[in-house]
Amino acid sequence: MSTSWQEIFDLGAREPASAEPEPEGEEGHRGVFRRLRESLSKSRRALVEEVSASLFDQLDEETWERLEEGLILADVGAPTTAEVVERLEREVEAGAVSADGEAVRDRLIEILAEVASAGRGPIDLSGEPAVLLMVGVNGTGKTTTIGKIAWHLSREFGLSVILAAADTYRAAASEQLAEWAQRAGAELVRSAPGGDPGAVAFDAIAAARARGADVVIVDTAGRLHTQGNLMEELAKVRRVIAKQMPEAPHETLISIDATTGQNGLRQAKVFAEAVEVDGVVLTKLDGTAKGGIVLAIAGELGMPVKLIGTGEALEDLRPFDPGDFARALLAE
Amino acid sequence: MFDQLSDRLQATLSEVRSRGKLNEDDVDAAMREIRLALLEADVNFKVVKGFTKTLKERCLGSEVLDSLDPGQQVVKIVDEELTALMGGAGRDLAYASSGPTVILMAGLQGSGKTTACAKLARHLRESGKDVALAACDVYRPAAVDQLVTVGERAGAHVYEQGTDRDPVEIAAWALDRAREEGRDALIVDTAGRLHIDAELMDELARIRKRTKPHDVLLVVDAMTGQDAVGVAESFAETAEFDGVVMTKLDGDARGGAALSVKAVTGKPILFASTGEKLDAFERFHPDRMASRILGMGDVLSLIEKAEKQVDESQAEDLQRKLEGDRFTLEDFLQQMRQVRKMGPLSSLVGMLPGMGAMKQLKGAEVDEGELDRVEAIILSMTPLERANPAIIKGSRRKRIAAGSGTKVQHVNQLVKQFDQMRKLMRQMVSGKAPDPQQLAQMAGGAPRPKYRRR
Repeated sequence: MSTSWQEIFDLGAREPASAEPEPEGEEGHRGVFRRLRESLSKSRRALVEEVSASLFDQLDEETWERLEEGLILADVGAPTTAEVVERLEREVEAGAVSADGEAVRDRLIEILAEVASAGRGPIDLSGEPAVLLMVGVNGTGKTTTIGKIAWHLSREFGLSVILAAADTYRAAASEQLAEWAQRAGAELVRSAPGGDPGAVAFDAIAAARARGADVVIVDTAGRLHTQGNLMEELAKVRRVIAKQMPEAPHETLISIDATTGQNGLRQAKVFAEAVEVDGVVLTKLDGTAKGGIVLAIAGELGMPVKLIGTGEALEDLRPFDPGDFARALLAE
Repeated sequence: MFDQLSDRLQATLSEVRSRGKLNEDDVDAAMREIRLALLEADVNFKVVKGFTKTLKERCLGSEVLDSLDPGQQVVKIVDEELTALMGGAGRDLAYASSGPTVILMAGLQGSGKTTACAKLARHLRESGKDVALAACDVYRPAAVDQLVTVGERAGAHVYEQGTDRDPVEIAAWALDRAREEGRDALIVDTAGRLHIDAELMDELARIRKRTKPHDVLLVVDAMTGQDAVGVAESFAETAEFDGVVMTKLDGDARGGAALSVKAVTGKPILFASTGEKLDAFERFHPDRMASRILGMGDVLSLIEKAEKQVDESQAEDLQRKLEGDRFTLEDFLQQMRQVRKMGPLSSLVGMLPGMGAMKQLKGAEVDEGELDRVEAIILSMTPLERANPAIIKGSRRKRIAAGSGTKVQHVNQLVKQFDQMRKLMRQMVSGKAPDPQQLAQMAGGAPRPKYRRR
């Protein structure tokens, strides 16, 4: 069963205003599968070529090598790939998994899903107001993701959302967020370009309290994790938020571009050191990249993926489901 | 990367080296290490496969097996092959013989096209060109606003028609206008698009047909993983790009994507974007980049930067002073100021060979505030004290500390460090290789080098 929107958001005592928060039902659910599968199988060199069902018909050295190849091409990374393949190989040799193509394949999906499940939990929006901090490297899709989250929260759950334009650095960043706010029916708090990002976050929370808004989503400037002073600035934004509301931010998400390679692991690690990241939004899964790096991020850092972005439209955001992800990775 | 690779290789081969002979198993073990190191750097799997195959053939050849030191020989071959893979010398843009030079920028979403457009505009402005930018990203919210802002900051004219017109028409209109207004160059910014989005790829092809660009540049994020090759192949097919702009190279990505794109499409990397500021954009030198990827430093770029800032005669003067051991705190102050003009020290450190491998410098930040303090301390000294730091004792220390708003310990540390530095410089002048530990302290330049982040 795939993860639903209800499962991915922990709204605390808040009752979703919308009577039918998941209007798509079973039909919609199949739609999710189809979308995800479609987006993941577009590649000419899709993993399906490397890991076709027939691959497991004959289990020999070449099978494992080609499986390794497939996972590495999906950006899973050498250490995690080696772990997964070794484990599967061991189980097959020990007879724990029958040496039948389908059984091996199912077990592989289970193992991949298990790796991807590390540290799973809902997005904590129980605070009143709930504060969600969005961080990440430049160009990974923070602002777009925020627009989509805001749209879902207001549309599916009937919550009132305030967006804080704390990216005061990039030209036209607040205009971009303003556009998303308008589309999502959210309010926007912003400052003059070059203003203090912490102050914007502070004002947004104050505004949310004054107006009784449910959720504040703080957009921050994209920054490379290697830029110490900018990471320090981010930590300061977090401190400013925590000072105003001790348990906030209730949730901090990092956006990781699905095309990212092994550097994604460093990004997740360094951002987590600076601002205690709770989860990953895996963006741009509508391309040919598989986003396999999140397996390494989950496996090595215990940092779970919570949402996936599959396009530029407002509805192109889905709760992450480890099983679906593993299946789509192998294009079952 | 190469430091790591080299260490791994040396370890793998060390036992063999003691025996003085290499067999096929030893070479296989070495190839596995190389394969892992390259995959770790995001070099495309297929490129790695081909690379290790070539490598293995060479390593099993007589040049290695018959050599006296086969281990060292393997390391040398890896170096040669990797450099060959990166490609030879870089090339410049293709300029139009008359009329505006048209450059079309394309790439995936978030690869950094708009910023790269402005940086390229500024780069061309520096060589005296009159540059215009065409805003053809009508899809991403506020993309036009962003180009207008950064374009103006770069000193370029920005041609925009809002977001209601067809990007192909906007591009054609902008080209007409660039011709009419006699601009030297027109850079066309396009929307980020997926290489599998047939409709948008077709739009890109139409923009290319209408504007007949002299160069189509593909903007690639240095952090891209295995998919870089597929993306580049698709863009090569539809947009027929001529070269690559590598962005976000200031991060710690090893840039294997760069290597792969070159290897698979044969298209050279022309420019590298290396920072937040508009001037953090440079011509790409494959040979230099190879050595940067390999962890061997980029001494040539460092020398070029230094040449821009350091006056030749002053440098000779300094050399004489060092030889005669007459280097004073006053000279030190001048030197420090010159070095700081070259840019933030943290970026310079990365260009020094071997520095990348130094643990204490990994992720270290040079604290510019400490340098300010050093300046303040020296400026609080009398000329006599600057020339003769040995006389700085008791009451002089107190006065200097009070005058610079620091503590007596800071003054002591500076004097002590200056003394160490003089010794180090004498070594360098006498042709001895400096101890990297001491160099690192110098790069820190501060009485107390502070490494805040690991």
